[in-house]
Amino acid sequence: MKNPYTPYPVKIDEIDIATEDKSLKTFKFVFLNKADEDNFSYKAGQFAELSIPGVGEIPIGIASSPIEKGFVKFTVFKTGVVTSHLHKMKTGDVMGIRGPLGNGFPWDRLEGKNIVIIGGGFAFTTLRSSIVYMLDPANRNRFKNIDVVYGARSPGMLLYRDELFEWEKRDDIHMNITVDGTDDPDWKYNTGFVPAVVEAKIPEADADTFAIVCGPPIMIKFTQPALKSLGYQDSQIIMSLENRMKCGIGMCGRCNIGRELVCKDGPVFTLEELNLTPGEF
Amino acid sequence: MAIEDTNMEIIKIKKSDWAGGIDKSRKTYHLFGPVKHKNHHIFRQLENNIYPDMEYMSSVLSPKSVLFPQSQKILVTSADASGKACHIFTPPEQDHTPRAVIGIRPCDAKAVQLVKLNFDTKEYQDPYWCSAFEATTFVGLAVNTPSVLDFSTSAGSGPFAQEGLDVLLVDCKDHYLAKILSQKGKEFLNTAGFNEKEDPKAADQVIQQMKISAEKAICSVIQTQHLKKKTVLELYEAPFWEDIAFSCISCGTCAYVCPTCWCFDIQDETQGKTAVRFRNWDTCMPALFTRHSSGHNPRGEKIQRVRQRFMHKLKYFDDKYDQGIMCIGCGRCVEKCPVNIDIRDICNLMNAYKPEKESDAGEIKGEIK
Repeated sequence: MKNPYTPYPVKIDEIDIATEDKSLKTFKFVFLNKADEDNFSYKAGQFAELSIPGVGEIPIGIASSPIEKGFVKFTVFKTGVVTSHLHKMKTGDVMGIRGPLGNGFPWDRLEGKNIVIIGGGFAFTTLRSSIVYMLDPANRNRFKNIDVVYGARSPGMLLYRDELFEWEKRDDIHMNITVDGTDDPDWKYNTGFVPAVVEAKIPEADADTFAIVCGPPIMIKFTQPALKSLGYQDSQIIMSLENRMKCGIGMCGRCNIGRELVCKDGPVFTLEELNLTPGEF
Repeated sequence: MAIEDTNMEIIKIKKSDWAGGIDKSRKTYHLFGPVKHKNHHIFRQLENNIYPDMEYMSSVLSPKSVLFPQSQKILVTSADASGKACHIFTPPEQDHTPRAVIGIRPCDAKAVQLVKLNFDTKEYQDPYWCSAFEATTFVGLAVNTPSVLDFSTSAGSGPFAQEGLDVLLVDCKDHYLAKILSQKGKEFLNTAGFNEKEDPKAADQVIQQMKISAEKAICSVIQTQHLKKKTVLELYEAPFWEDIAFSCISCGTCAYVCPTCWCFDIQDETQGKTAVRFRNWDTCMPALFTRHSSGHNPRGEKIQRVRQRFMHKLKYFDDKYDQGIMCIGCGRCVEKCPVNIDIRDICNLMNAYKPEKESDAGEIKGEIK
C-alpha cells in the first residue's frame, strides 16, 4: 500500500526573492531520488504539501510547469509557522514534498479553446505554470488566443517579472500587466485594478472561451461582474480555491465546501459548480 | 466477505467456556473490548488477565480508536543534521498482527463501515487505518435491551444489525449464540475453540425472536426519508440554524464521542534528535479548524460550524457517497452534549423543512462572498 503521507525527500537548490518587500520567495527543489521526480508527474493547477520535518506542512500551488524538467518550483508567502521557517532555510537544506495533489486545471476541456487568464497578487503561481505550459512549442497550437490580465499593488510586487516582460514582446499571447499604482514615470504598462482592466482589455466571450481566475477574494468578487458584462457564463469561469488543509488527500475533513473537498475534488472548480455549494471558502 | 445465509453457521458458546476461549484466542489475536473504568465503560486493549465486560451497556467513547487512535505517530525522522537520513520522513514500524474487537455494538460496527468510505478510497488509501482494518475481526454483541437514547433502527443500523461484523454474539443468559458472518469470524471462533454447532434454522429463529423484541424496545426514532431530495442550499439557508447553534459552546464533545467522526489534525514535534509527525483526533467545532493563515475563516462563526456538523452528517455525506446518513443512532452525542443539542431533533427538523417561498432557497447565488 502506497503511503500518501510520506513526502518525497528534496533539496533546496535555489532561493529567489520574488517581490520587493521580500515577503515572497521562490524555492527551486530537486528530488534526492530520480524515481521520485518521475512519480511527481503533475498538471498545471495542482498543488503539493511542502513538508518540513518537526515543523509542519503547507499546501502550495506548483509554480513550475510540467514541461520544466529536473526540478519543481514554489513561490511562498511568509505568513505562518511553516512558511516563516521555510523563508529562513538555505540552499542545500533537505525537506520533503508530498504530491502532486488536487485536480489541476481541466486541460482536456481547455484544449482548442481561447484562454483568458486573470490573476492578482500572489495567486499567479499556478497561472505562471499554465502559461509556460501553453506557450511551449509542443502545446501552443492546442490552444487558440491567450489573453492575460495580471495585477499587483506595485511593479515590484509582480511575480516572475522577467518572464512577464518577455511574454509582453511575443505575439502569441496578449499580456495586460497592471499595477494599482506606481510613481515610476517609465512604467509603460497599465495602471488600475484588475476588474477594470478585464472590462477594457479582455475579448467578449464566445462559446469557445474559458476564463481562469485566481486572486484575492476582493479581486475575484469584482472580476465576476466584469466577466458577466463581457458575456461569460458561470460554466466558462474557472476558479482555483484555497482552504485550510492538513492531509491534502480528502481525509482530514477541514477543507470541505458542502460535499466538495477542496484538496481532492478541487482546488479547481467552475463558478457554475460553486454556485451549487454553500460557498464556504 | 460475507457468508451467504444458506451456509449460515451458528455456534453455541456456554458462558462457562467463555473465559477459556478468550484466553485461547489471545495467542493469535490482540484483544480489544469494553472494560469498566471508574463509573463507566471504555474500549481498550485487554491485557492477558483482563476480560471484556460483556454486561456493559454502552462505552463513553466508541471503539473507533481501535483503528483510529486518538493520537498516532505517522512519520518519524532524525533531526540530527550530522546524520545521513536527517529530515527524511519514514513511517514507523506498525503492528499488523491480527486483532479482535470483542463485544462491539452492532451500530458501532456499522460506523466503521461508514468511516471506511473516508479512509479507503479509489484514489488514496490511508495505510494506517486500512492496515488496522484488515487486521481486525469484529466480534459483535447484540443489544438485548436498548437504551432510551438508542435510535439505531431508524439510522440504518439496529440492535441486532450485522453489517460490518464478522461474528454476531447473542446473549441467551447461560450461553451465547454466535452467528458467523465472515471467514474472519469463522477463524476467530475456531482459534478460540468455540465449535459446538447449533441447528442453524432453530438457532436463527431464536435470534430473530430476540431481535424483534429488542427492536420493539427502541422508543426513539428519526425521520430521514425526505433529506435526499432536498437541495443543499435549501437546507443550508433554512431559518433554524441560529436557534440550534445558540447554546453550543464549541466544545467538540459530540465529535470525540461519535463513532462516525473521523476528522483529524496533523502536528509535528521535535524531541531531542527525533522529529515526529502525529495525527490527532480533531473536531469541526472550534474556529481554528478552518482558519486560514491570513486570518480569513470560511466557518468563523459558530452558526456556520454547527450547521457544518449536521449538514455533513445528514446531507453532504449521503450526497457524496449515497450510503445513507453519517450517523448510526448510538445516542452518545445526545447523552454527552453539555447543552442538550440533540441530533434527533435537528434531523427531524431538516427532514420536515419546506422553504416558505421559492426565493428563500435553492436559489443560485449570483456572486461569491
